[in-house]
Amino acid sequence: MMRVYSFMRSRRAGAALIAAACVASVLGGCGFSRQKEVRAILAEPYPKKLSEWRLFRSTRDGLKPNARVVPYDLNTPLFSDYASKYRYVWMPAGASAEYRDDGPFEFPVGTIFAKTFAFPAEGRRGDERLIETRLLVHTNSGWVPLPYIWNKEEDEAFLRLVPDPVEIHWSDAAGKRRDFTYQIPNTNECHECHDNNKVLLPIGSKARNLNKTYAYEDGAENQIVRLTKVGYLRGAPALDSIPRAPKWNDASDGTLADRAKAYLDNNCAHCHQPGGTAGYTGVDFRSTHFDLSHSGICKRPNSAGVMGELQFDLVPGHPDESILLYRMESIAPKAMMPQIGRAVVHEEGVALIREWIASLNSQSCGLPELRPNAQQSRRSGF
Amino acid sequence: MRNVRWFMFVCCLTACLLVAGCRQSPEAIQRHLQEQLIGAKAGDVIELPEGKFHFDRTLSLTVDKVTLRGKGMDKTILSFAGQKEGAQGVLVKANDFTIEDIAIEDPAGDALTIQGGTNITVRRVRTEWTRGPNENNGPYGIYPVECKNLLVEESIARDAADAGIYVGQSENVVIRRNRSEYNVDGYEIENSENVDAYDNVATHNTGGMGVFNLPNLPRQDGKHVRVFNNQIIDNNTTNFAPKSLGPIHDLPTGTGIYVMAIKEVEAFGNKIQGNGTVNVFLMNYNTGVSPDSLQKTAESQITQTVFKPGDTRFYPYTQQVFFHDNDISGGGKSPDSRMDTIKAMAAALGGSLPDIQYDGVVDPKWARKGDNPGQICLMNNGAATFLNFDAAGNMKHPVSDVKKYGCMLPALDAVSIPQTVNAKPGGAAGTP
Repeated sequence: MMRVYSFMRSRRAGAALIAAACVASVLGGCGFSRQKEVRAILAEPYPKKLSEWRLFRSTRDGLKPNARVVPYDLNTPLFSDYASKYRYVWMPAGASAEYRDDGPFEFPVGTIFAKTFAFPAEGRRGDERLIETRLLVHTNSGWVPLPYIWNKEEDEAFLRLVPDPVEIHWSDAAGKRRDFTYQIPNTNECHECHDNNKVLLPIGSKARNLNKTYAYEDGAENQIVRLTKVGYLRGAPALDSIPRAPKWNDASDGTLADRAKAYLDNNCAHCHQPGGTAGYTGVDFRSTHFDLSHSGICKRPNSAGVMGELQFDLVPGHPDESILLYRMESIAPKAMMPQIGRAVVHEEGVALIREWIASLNSQSCGLPELRPNAQQSRRSGF
Repeated sequence: MRNVRWFMFVCCLTACLLVAGCRQSPEAIQRHLQEQLIGAKAGDVIELPEGKFHFDRTLSLTVDKVTLRGKGMDKTILSFAGQKEGAQGVLVKANDFTIEDIAIEDPAGDALTIQGGTNITVRRVRTEWTRGPNENNGPYGIYPVECKNLLVEESIARDAADAGIYVGQSENVVIRRNRSEYNVDGYEIENSENVDAYDNVATHNTGGMGVFNLPNLPRQDGKHVRVFNNQIIDNNTTNFAPKSLGPIHDLPTGTGIYVMAIKEVEAFGNKIQGNGTVNVFLMNYNTGVSPDSLQKTAESQITQTVFKPGDTRFYPYTQQVFFHDNDISGGGKSPDSRMDTIKAMAAALGGSLPDIQYDGVVDPKWARKGDNPGQICLMNNGAATFLNFDAAGNMKHPVSDVKKYGCMLPALDAVSIPQTVNAKPGGAAGTP
């Protein structure tokens, strides 16, 4: 796990460093800028180097955020090939987001999200290799996605509108090899997931996903409380009336159905909702609008192509008859879901959705020879 | 003056001719072209050199007023064989876009998708799956959807598992001088309004050309389609669409032109010959789409969620169709025995079927009375044989005398789009 520096501590440190930097700049010899405030660049040309934004004071031994750069994470995140993700948000002084019950908060112009993707470094036990940091910047002309790719030394990341894929090799805790080509979305592909009705929006930063405790350097605290305290959020109601998504992989945190809905919400609903890239399919996976009848029950796919011998998106009680699961288990382009941003199967996610489909009251969708609640599957479960 | 941006690797390729062994990797070429598309400015022309270039993910463009130009359909080839990511070959979401003189081969899904653009030109583009007809091929070759002022011309589409050249939910469309072959459907004109399709060839597909409306799509009420001077010949390739693609799986092998759930269609000057099940098929939606192929419109999930519950915008009947002065012959000689209804009808008729088949289904609410309330008009179509097989009446009252449909409808207006109006004399829009 990377070390995360607290907001409070880094602000004190930041103040001292800013003072030092001022002295240095008066002396005329200071070209390095990490000690200074975050720079919000809200129009082209965007910096070629991540360091020019001054979001991080250092990247040795993990990311060390600059003053007022606040870390956060999500109850149920998007699966990205088992990458670790480190999320931070920054807003200009005096600016704050407005709370929303559903959908992302209304973030002010100048907001910067920085999400860093890392994988275990082969041969460096317990250590991670930084691959990319995606910035989502709220400029005067809307949200702009900017992918920065880390160099081998991990001391700088460079803006690449069309990043090259990266070969990833590691072994998980159970000794399972993970060797694959990690595809980093280009800036056009960012729109595929982030656009709703042609407007690019943040995805994860919603009340239900942020409503959790985070272990800040100065102690654990609910993220919505913390964001309010530091002045980044206004209008949040009392904690007990804020929606909360369960952790998808913690059976003590929610029912099977609720965890499955949270998983579908954060892995599928950015496209599968009205206005999303797959809005035309009629399938809506937002947990806040969840309705089993809008989840593909006995529905033929729109233009999916060959899905084995399967005919329907979701056959309740029958995971192996359900295209939904088939596409999660596929890594073939066109067949797989999501269509971008995934190169390996999320085995635990598949297991969750399998269990959930199996738990639904059996329907045959008119398919012949479907025994009610057939337990064994043609493929072995994970 | 438009700014011509040469594809970055052109310089390198030139250098390669001089320095043996230096060559950019496919990854670098892919990155450079995608970077050019992302960084393009309005007015840019991105030129691609001759050669076969490999791409393993979708190429996409979202900048308006860009031209992507190769050196010819057989000279500049974008190959997506072994595609790793993305469901399209080339994906365009932009206005004022032109693509010309390029081939797109072997993508995982659709070859050229253009979504929601105004003033779109596709010229001399070839889309093809090089293994030939196969259910695992992408559904569509040239696939513009929700476009306005669209020109598709002089292009070639092969081996798509649904349609080679598709135009959907679009308006003001000209499709001309194209060749579509070895697809399931040669051409599909779906839920679109104001379409001229002329001087095209459709051959060796499962079906040559479909002109129709489907339910469960945001844009409804496609109409006003002219189909003229086309050659729709010998479309007898066995249907290879996978069942999961829906109604196209049920398109009878050996269909020439089919017209379904639409009004205001005029077809003339076409050569429609040798299509084994039927040369011209005029039908209502419920005849064309098998009952289990789509759930009933009002009950379907898409209607329930995307549209109002009980969406009634879709109208399943076919009316105001005028086929005149076509050369129609030699159809129905080898009907598709895969379809039970066709098999039964062929057996009843001695093994073969007429050139023109009409299901005779009419809306009981129509005020028009008499023998032809659907205003299906068939005039001067050579010696074409005909049958209204009375689908609604369980085929009890068939009509084989085409003279009962000998009527005329007003000629439809030609479609006018900026690309053909502003063309140089002798260039586009020439007479066939």
